[in-house]
Amino acid sequence: MFVQFTTWDIVRNLLEGGKWTLALSLIAFVLGGTAGLLVLFLRMARNRVAQALAKGYIELFQGTPLLMQLFIVFFGLPLAGIDVSPWLAAALGLTLFTSAYLAEIWRGCVESVPRGQWEASASLALGFTQQMRHVILPQALRVAIAPTVGFSVQVVKGTAVTSIIGFTELTKTGSMLANATFQPFLVFGLVAAGYFALCYPLSLYAKSLERKFHVAR
Amino acid sequence: MAYQFDFAPVLAHTDLLLQGAAATLGLTAAGAVLGIALGVLGAICRAWRIQPFSAAFGVYVEAIRNTPFLVQLFFIFFGLPALGVKLSGWEASILAMVINLGAYSTEIIRAGIEATPHGQMEAAASLALNRAQTFVYVVLRPALARVWPALVSQVIIVMLGSAVCSQIAAEELTFAANFIQSRNFRAFETFFLATALYFAMALLVRQLLMRLGQRFIVGRPR
Repeated sequence: MFVQFTTWDIVRNLLEGGKWTLALSLIAFVLGGTAGLLVLFLRMARNRVAQALAKGYIELFQGTPLLMQLFIVFFGLPLAGIDVSPWLAAALGLTLFTSAYLAEIWRGCVESVPRGQWEASASLALGFTQQMRHVILPQALRVAIAPTVGFSVQVVKGTAVTSIIGFTELTKTGSMLANATFQPFLVFGLVAAGYFALCYPLSLYAKSLERKFHVAR
Repeated sequence: MAYQFDFAPVLAHTDLLLQGAAATLGLTAAGAVLGIALGVLGAICRAWRIQPFSAAFGVYVEAIRNTPFLVQLFFIFFGLPALGVKLSGWEASILAMVINLGAYSTEIIRAGIEATPHGQMEAAASLALNRAQTFVYVVLRPALARVWPALVSQVIIVMLGSAVCSQIAAEELTFAANFIQSRNFRAFETFFLATALYFAMALLVRQLLMRLGQRFIVGRPR
């Protein structure tokens, strides 16, 4: 059976897929940020083993393709008896990926806080968690906002790779539409425009934050 | 019943994995050389505001940096034939990598060029260097030296990103892994080994490029 697709049909379907891209990006960013904070604490901890673990975790995720990470989650978890849908594998894989990158970005921000702040807070008998919570992180946060917003662009773009494990987001919807309509030029052009509409405002916002921070300093 | 890991059926295809890894390295080398060359061109146009190329490169950089590599690849491979441009999986992969890296390296190298101290240009003029000499020895080489680590990181990102080229049937490492797991049904073991290979390649390429940079661009510490 042949169905005729009007341009509006294509756009409507792509918007439907775009919703899932947006949802996945938000989930990965929020959960990845939370997990990233945990990794950051381990990375900055005084315990050598914790440091090494966090460092290895970050290097592993930064040194391997996101597609491989998704494959390992998608094919690995069922071996442990956990049934994974593409949606769950995509969310989990991207969360891990995001957490490693954010932890590394934030580490740089934490290290930009002057050494004296650590010493001063230690001399006030604050423990490691208290130092981080009350002294270091509030100062690191100011530095961290611009690169964190900048990285969110990478998360949105990363969601495209989840189409390969069968998660129906914007790119996968585009592939299916391209096959159904025989108009790949139009469809992938629109898909690219969709990502651009999501990412460009974030890029601009990151740039303006960066400028604001440089002026303030 | 607990799952029994078995790597032997994967190791039986070691030759395919290594061929795939070599193909990935080849793609990366081609993409890196041409992409950085494009980046140098773009950075010159952007830094010196050579119109209309500066504006064109500005649009290009934003368009590429704000869309996923996979979509760029699909657009080139599936979309361009509508304009009469038919490319093989390899050609499309290299083109996409060059275009992608070109955009990022334009921005990276531009930052390096813009950091050239003005006094050095004056010094070059007072030493009677001509425009070409000034450009090569005073602007470009020090600019590349300043941003070399960032460029190397970007090349690694592009190499890891090339895993998605398997989707348009470029027979690189991920394609090889996919082929193997479709034969032996050991998906986890296959992708685990492929991931380990990527990790080793990322370390290796970083070391190699940092050394090459040290030797040919940064030079001996003065």
